[in-house]
Formats: sequence, structure tokens, C-alpha cells
Amino acid sequence: MIFTIAAKELKILFSGPMAWIILAVLEIILAYFFLNQVDAFLAIQPQLTALANPPGVTELIVTPLFGNAAIILLMAVPLLSMRLIAEERRNQTLNLLLSAPVSVSEIILGKFLGLMAFLSLLIGLVALMSLSLYAGATLDPGLLAGNIVGLVLLAASFAALGLFISSLTAHPIIAAIGTFGALLGLWIINMSAHDADSWLNTLSLMKHFESFNRGIIASADAAYFVLFIALFLVLAVRRLDNDRTHG
Amino acid sequence: MTKITVSIKDLSRSYGSRSAVRNIGFELRQGEVLGLLGPNGAGKTTTLQMLAGCLAPSTGAIEICGINLLERPREAKALLGYLPETPPLYRELTVDEYLRLAARLHRIPKHEIADAVDKARQRCGLIEVGKRLIGNLSKGYQQRVGIAQAIVHNPRVVIMDEPTVGLDPIQIREIRSLIRELGGEHSVILSTHILPEVESVCDRIQIMNQGKLVFGGDMTELKQTYPDQANLEEVFIQLTQQAEEKA
Repeated sequence: MIFTIAAKELKILFSGPMAWIILAVLEIILAYFFLNQVDAFLAIQPQLTALANPPGVTELIVTPLFGNAAIILLMAVPLLSMRLIAEERRNQTLNLLLSAPVSVSEIILGKFLGLMAFLSLLIGLVALMSLSLYAGATLDPGLLAGNIVGLVLLAASFAALGLFISSLTAHPIIAAIGTFGALLGLWIINMSAHDADSWLNTLSLMKHFESFNRGIIASADAAYFVLFIALFLVLAVRRLDNDRTHG
Repeated sequence: MTKITVSIKDLSRSYGSRSAVRNIGFELRQGEVLGLLGPNGAGKTTTLQMLAGCLAPSTGAIEICGINLLERPREAKALLGYLPETPPLYRELTVDEYLRLAARLHRIPKHEIADAVDKARQRCGLIEVGKRLIGNLSKGYQQRVGIAQAIVHNPRVVIMDEPTVGLDPIQIREIRSLIRELGGEHSVILSTHILPEVESVCDRIQIMNQGKLVFGGDMTELKQTYPDQANLEEVFIQLTQQAEEKA
């Protein structure tokens, strides 16, 4: 049943122009960035050979590419997650799901998975872009894998928060702005952290993504993302269930 | 004795301090069509939403074919078909895609879905528009898709909130005969404020006013109880005004 709902979400996403435009625009921006990075690498390559332990092509191209993809996802996910519940509430289509023999958790998980399928496609394209470097270089597969895992976890966190905020309102635009604000806030919250142990660092999405970006799959960072995702999915279930009891 | 398909007891619902439905109770037997009548704001829609499981009652119990809707929602909802006041239609999907989704959500086995969708389309006069987008259909056809969605899984109980709203006279006649036909094997509860509709399709009548049931019975009982009144309309006016005077 979760997959039926996920498939429905994907289908509706792709039946409008929004999904295609987001895919196209992000692809163009990331490709531009990627090629720029390749150019920069070629320019400094002669100097690199002079170093004793030079950074590889993966560190100089793939790491910044994924770092940028993270920022771009931060802007794109609110646009994709905004309609998940808010629009259904506004069009009164939620009744179809609520009157069907489906639980609220299945509805939320289905919607989450539907959005994740779309985001995985986007991340897959970024990964393919990186893999194209194999045409002329050798990559560090561990570093690439760390980045992919990190970006998937990060995107899932964005999606879970976006889904929750979408469940709070009947206006998709409000959901988008709210999600964007919350994500950006959580991204930069560590700016005012004075030391490395500050609790602001613990909260910051960026800090936890950074270690994946450097190729370190740390269980503490993975646990942060998993807890973050679970927390907001549970909150979304609670919120949607409240519609029934208090609505 | 025929089987009781819907039984509600002491059902109440309040929104904050305002109570919309107060201690109503009735039963419905298999094959019956029950008309829920009342002026605007009488609590008809709230009652139907509770029956469909989209709204939790403040107090009271609902049983669908002996299954408690609040304790075992999944099993109870599988026996229900619900057409809300605003049909829950996804404008981006075609009629066929939408009905297949509704069938899957109601857990129809995969190999039976095509047959179920065909049958629902046939019954609601949607044969020719299967490939068209719901958003491009006229209001009358959209209403029919809404009805098709409610009967695609061959539910034991069909709940319809103002099913003939927005239809032309020919469509109204078709939908009424469909409701009569459904009444043969299923139980149907419909709400309306069109009195001739009730007289032409309903076996039993429940009149609601200000959240309370003010009359329940069939047409002969109605005539016996109110021998001075010539028709349903006068009884209806008398009952609703009486209640207002008391209040």
C-alpha cells in the first residue's frame, strides 16, 4: 500500500511540468559547475605532480560537486515537498486516502518514499556525472560512495522536514517558504558556534554532511540523519491524524 | 431478517465548543437506501465524514457490518465506499489511472483491477472518457468519476454526500437509477436537501436539524406520524421550524 501511494506521488509529480523543470535546471547548473571544476583541475594538474601527496581528482572535483548539490537540494526540496499534503488538503483529495483502508503512517511513508524516489533520481544523475570522470581518470570509490550515502541521507532529511511542514498547512507556498526557512536555518545554525563541541554544531545539518563529504561515514552522523528523518515523519503522522480527531 | 450493515449509536461530534452532531443513532439494513435530510448546517456532512472514517467522533460508536470502525478501521473501511461533498479527484490523472489507483487503495487483488475499473466505468457512464484527464472533464463527468471511485471495490456500504449536485436533469435521472440499482445489493446512505430526490430513491428517511435527528422512518411512517401534512416538504419545514422555535 505504501508503494501504491509512492507510485501515485511520482506519477502526479511527473504529470506536471514542475518535476521536469526542476530536473532540467538542476542538471544544467550542476553540469556547469562540474565542467568548471574539471577545468580548474586541469589548470593546476602540473603543479599537483610536484607535490609529495597530492589530492586526487575525486577530492578536487567530486567533493565540491556534491557539496554544491547539497545546497541546490536545499533549495529544490521545498518546492517538491510543498504540495505533498498541503495541496491535497486544499483540493480536498485527502478524503480518498483517509476513507480507504490505509493507515495514516502508510500515507506518510508512501508520500515520503515517492519524493525520495524522485530525489534519488536527481542524486543518481549527480553520481553519473562523477562516474563520467572514469573516462580519463581513476576515482576513489570510497570517497564517492561516502558522498552518495551522505547526499541521500541529507535529501531524506530535507524531505521528511518538508513533508511535516506541508502537513501543517493548506497552502503549498507557505509550506515551501516554511521548509526553506527551516532547512536554511538548520544548515547555518552553527555559524555562531564558538568551539567545536558547541551544541549548535550538533544541530547543524551542514556539519553532519561535511564528514560524509570528506568520505567519512561516521555512525554518529548517520544516526543524526536517521533520527532527524524519523522525528519529522512521526510528527507528520501525528499531525495528519490530528486532522481526523480535531479537524 | 436482513442483515444490519451500518449501526451507529450515540454519535456526537463537536468542533471546539460548537457541537455539530448531538447523540444521533440509527441502523441501516442490507439493500436499503437511507436519505439523510436537513437544512444547511444540520450536521449531515459531519455525520457522513464520521461514517467514512475521515473524522473521529467525540463520543459514540460506529459499526460497519459488525466491525467497529474506530477499533478496526482497516477492515471496516474496506467495506465502505465514500463520495465526499467535493469529489476527491486528482486532476492530473486520467479517469482510468484514477480508478485503478482507487481500486488499489481498496486492496483489490491485482488481476481483478481491470475488471473492477471496467465495471465501475460502465455503471457510471464513463466508457468513452477513460483516457481523458479528469481536470478536463465537465463538472457532471467529474461527479460521475467521484461516484465510480466510491463503488469500484464493490463495497457493502456506499456513502454519498449530495451525489447529484451540479448534474443536468438527464444525469440526475441516471445517477438516481444507479443509486436505486446500488441499493439492491449494497446499502446506500446519501445526504441531500433536494426533497423529491429522497422520495424517488430512498427507502428510509432521517431528518436532521441542528445536529439532532428529528425524524427517522420510512415514507409510510412519515405519513402516519404527520397525517396533516400533504408531502415530505411540509413535514420537513414543520420539523425544522419546530426545532428552531424551541431553540
